[in-house]
Amino acid sequence: MQPRVILDTPQFALTIDRLCYQLIENHNDFTDAVLIGVQPRGTFLSNRIYQRLQQLQPGLKLDYGKLDITFYRDDFRRRETPLAASETELDFSIEGKKVVLVDDVLYTGRTIRAAMDALLDFGRPQRVELLTLIDRRFTRHLPIEANYVGKKIDSIASEIVRVEWHDQDGADKVWILTVNKDN
Amino acid sequence: MAALSVNHLLGIQYLTNEDIELIFKTADQFKDVLNRPIKKVPSLRDITIANLFFENSTRTRISFELAEKRLSADIVNFSASTSSTKKGETLIDTVNNILAMKVDMVVMRHASPGACVFLSKHIDAQIVNAGDGTHEHPTQALLDAYSMREKLKLTDFKGLRVAILGDITHSRVALSNIFCLKKLGAEVLLCGPPTLIPKHIEALGVRVTHNVKEALNWCDVANVLRIQLERQDIKYFPSLREYSLYYGVNKELLDNLNKKITIMHPGPINRGVELSSDAADSDQSIILQQVENGVAIRMAVLYLLAEKAKRV
Repeated sequence: MQPRVILDTPQFALTIDRLCYQLIENHNDFTDAVLIGVQPRGTFLSNRIYQRLQQLQPGLKLDYGKLDITFYRDDFRRRETPLAASETELDFSIEGKKVVLVDDVLYTGRTIRAAMDALLDFGRPQRVELLTLIDRRFTRHLPIEANYVGKKIDSIASEIVRVEWHDQDGADKVWILTVNKDN
Repeated sequence: MAALSVNHLLGIQYLTNEDIELIFKTADQFKDVLNRPIKKVPSLRDITIANLFFENSTRTRISFELAEKRLSADIVNFSASTSSTKKGETLIDTVNNILAMKVDMVVMRHASPGACVFLSKHIDAQIVNAGDGTHEHPTQALLDAYSMREKLKLTDFKGLRVAILGDITHSRVALSNIFCLKKLGAEVLLCGPPTLIPKHIEALGVRVTHNVKEALNWCDVANVLRIQLERQDIKYFPSLREYSLYYGVNKELLDNLNKKITIMHPGPINRGVELSSDAADSDQSIILQQVENGVAIRMAVLYLLAEKAKRV
């Protein structure tokens, strides 16, 4: 099947805006809230959310960090191609904070399980929420759901969802591609 | 690719530059883990590691043990002085007996050069060389280069000048350091009494001098090695006092250079022999940083090799 766009650039911007407003609705001035992007690709989304929140609420004070989960994954020694670790940047305490975890695509839920384990090694947050741009429905391996969702889609296992970013790939877009088994 | 090209860490000579770079990058992340409130990750939960030390060690054994514990591996320790090797068991038998108890990886120190290479051909487990006689001590060379990279904020070792001073003949640290630094593109100068520098060592692409002042004036980093009296079966120099006089590094020598060089030592230091206390404790010395980095480097090596261990 041909790759198809499920979020084009204008829709993408609207979705980011909506997610930001939902965060503001729940967290007001973000007292005790922290924003944490999951490495590697979740941080593109968290960067964007953080920037947009700053524009919407000038002078906003919000701790923002990045979390690498490579050493917490449950597929270590079981993957065909090993993953390289990325950097963790958390120079604040999460003890008693309301954490918003950010990742681009919610699929099996295993990444988020690993992220929660990694997070708890830094302290005991008051609450953990999950924000995701794309939620692939009916594909979960674990009982994990997102609190803030950009778009829910139905897809099958042989398809992959690719999120492209302006800074990285030239334009903000989300694609569905079919994996070609012949390659 | 985030995988090593080798199945064992037997020596630096078997590694590619990409392997070394991958180990450094992984160690960066583990160094960060070691500074967290919970200094531990669950990666090696399902791995059991045997630490086989057929030769004495304090630093290396503790460093490996800590690295293994920080990765959540299960460990068993073995030291030759309290074991059945005294009853005449062969190396392969000893190791196979331990492996029969379902051990996935082996960290071994042995007095015979090549013991790890030999073992890797006969047993089915990942092997990490923690020093084999006068041959190699790969994790030490990796942590030495990693500490230089960190201290001097290097992105590239090309043009870096490293002097290795002392007992080169009996030092596995020297040989691994030479392999590692030459691979990374640094220039290496060896300095010591003629009796303690192997003949034809220039074939490895290093220069040799017998003048400590010349070596220190030339280098950016001086790695001072211990005089290994336990491996010296004959007299290689008249007395420790004379060695110290001609080849010892002290603060006065360092202060008379027209630049500030970095001092390293793999430990244990014979204070007042190869290195004086005022030099070892000066702000130019990164000896304790080397020890700190050792845990992160060993975590990286074990983590990357565990990927190669037999799957469940």
